[in-house]
Amino acid sequence: MLADWTQQEVLTGTTIMAVEYNGGVVIGADSRTSSGTYVTNRTQDKLTPLTEYIYCCRSGSAADTQAIADHVRYYLDFSRISQGREPTVRYAAHVMQSILYNNRDNLSAAVIVAGWDEVNGGQVYCIPLGGLLVRQPMAAGGSGSTYIWGHLDAQFKPGMTDTECQEFVAKSVSLAIKRDGSSGGVCRLAVINRRRRTTAHYHARRFAKVVRWLN
Amino acid sequence: FSSAMSASFYTKPANNGNAGVAMETSWDSNPGRQRTLQPITTGASVLAIKYNAGVIMVADTLGSYGSLAKFRSIPRVLRVNDATVAAASGDLADMQFLNTVVENHAIDEEIHEHGIAYSPASLHSWLTRVMYNRRSRINPLWNTYIVAGTEAGQPFLGYVNMLGVAFKEDCLATGFGSHLCLGLLREALDAAGGYAGLTEETATSALEACLRVLYYRDCRAYNQYQLANVPVAKPAQVSGPHFLQSDWSVAKLVKHYTE
Repeated sequence: MLADWTQQEVLTGTTIMAVEYNGGVVIGADSRTSSGTYVTNRTQDKLTPLTEYIYCCRSGSAADTQAIADHVRYYLDFSRISQGREPTVRYAAHVMQSILYNNRDNLSAAVIVAGWDEVNGGQVYCIPLGGLLVRQPMAAGGSGSTYIWGHLDAQFKPGMTDTECQEFVAKSVSLAIKRDGSSGGVCRLAVINRRRRTTAHYHARRFAKVVRWLN
Repeated sequence: FSSAMSASFYTKPANNGNAGVAMETSWDSNPGRQRTLQPITTGASVLAIKYNAGVIMVADTLGSYGSLAKFRSIPRVLRVNDATVAAASGDLADMQFLNTVVENHAIDEEIHEHGIAYSPASLHSWLTRVMYNRRSRINPLWNTYIVAGTEAGQPFLGYVNMLGVAFKEDCLATGFGSHLCLGLLREALDAAGGYAGLTEETATSALEACLRVLYYRDCRAYNQYQLANVPVAKPAQVSGPHFLQSDWSVAKLVKHYTE
């Protein structure tokens, strides 16, 4: 007699975010994957490289999004060879959209594609369930994002520096982790610019000062 | 890259008989599979009315994710060419797909250099065939399109929905607009004795009044919109985003729910 959670699909019920700044993007995600109510991985990395300069934040079915990211990484590698230069973020986002849209009936996948290229600098593209593609200065997704839309609307301002963006993303993801049962663990953060990626981890407790006041 | 995909979603018209649109989808290769197709990110109403020298169409710029007003700046109006515009409500991923195909067709027409461009009537007709075909495969494109423009020197306005139901009229609306606003638009036409008596200013203010009604009464409406004007004698213009003024002064008169 197997427990209920062993029969459930593994999901990245999640909080993911990406913000453009002048010169690159800052991306963030929580680190919890769940199978029903069991936490199958508490230190998952949902910030997935498509190229050295382009990442995608994954939410939905872990299997679907991993397989699709692998496909997109393959196409972008191929494109780098055939075009002789790094693929643009816009191209990567459209490749991703093409797979997500054409297979929308069989997939449970929503992603944010974000990165830096020489043509347009830092860019964030949101691809929700269904396969719509929208470029936005700031995008958030996953189940945890529902709890922080008010916070995002109130605190986001265009033209932030990369440090301000990092604080903003780390605080937002931590707030979502606090309220969303499907999000948890650490906030993984990455900055992507012409010097590629630098990473940091923030424990949700780092923002306990803010969160304690709210409780 | 497109040849590497298992179902390329655009092929040039000469290569197959399907009017250049991929008729094969993942569902077709999986015929035993039951599926509930549902719209995910959606656009609300589109409104349009003819006037004496052309046609005007409006659509707000909101993409709703269920009840969440997630994407507040999505353009839903497509400028096809000087004489044709189209706007869609319903699933916005399907709208983006169709709009890409239409844009590619418009480029094809230019490449052929035979001096024939898409007219609103031909686009309306083609869209009807595509929508009806997808419906007949139980895999609809979940949209309602309004096509507007100039056809043979006259204003044109046509409607196509996800079932392939299509018709032409002097004023059109989709979604909630068809319930709340069609009456208002028809009144404006009646008062002017038909679209030939309607000026551009009156038509625009009638549409704005309708958008206001929708903003008050449709949970999924928004107060930022695009406007497309296709005059008979001049090229089509899509302008926006425009912001809708709303009047809440009546709220002062309401207090409690009981005496």
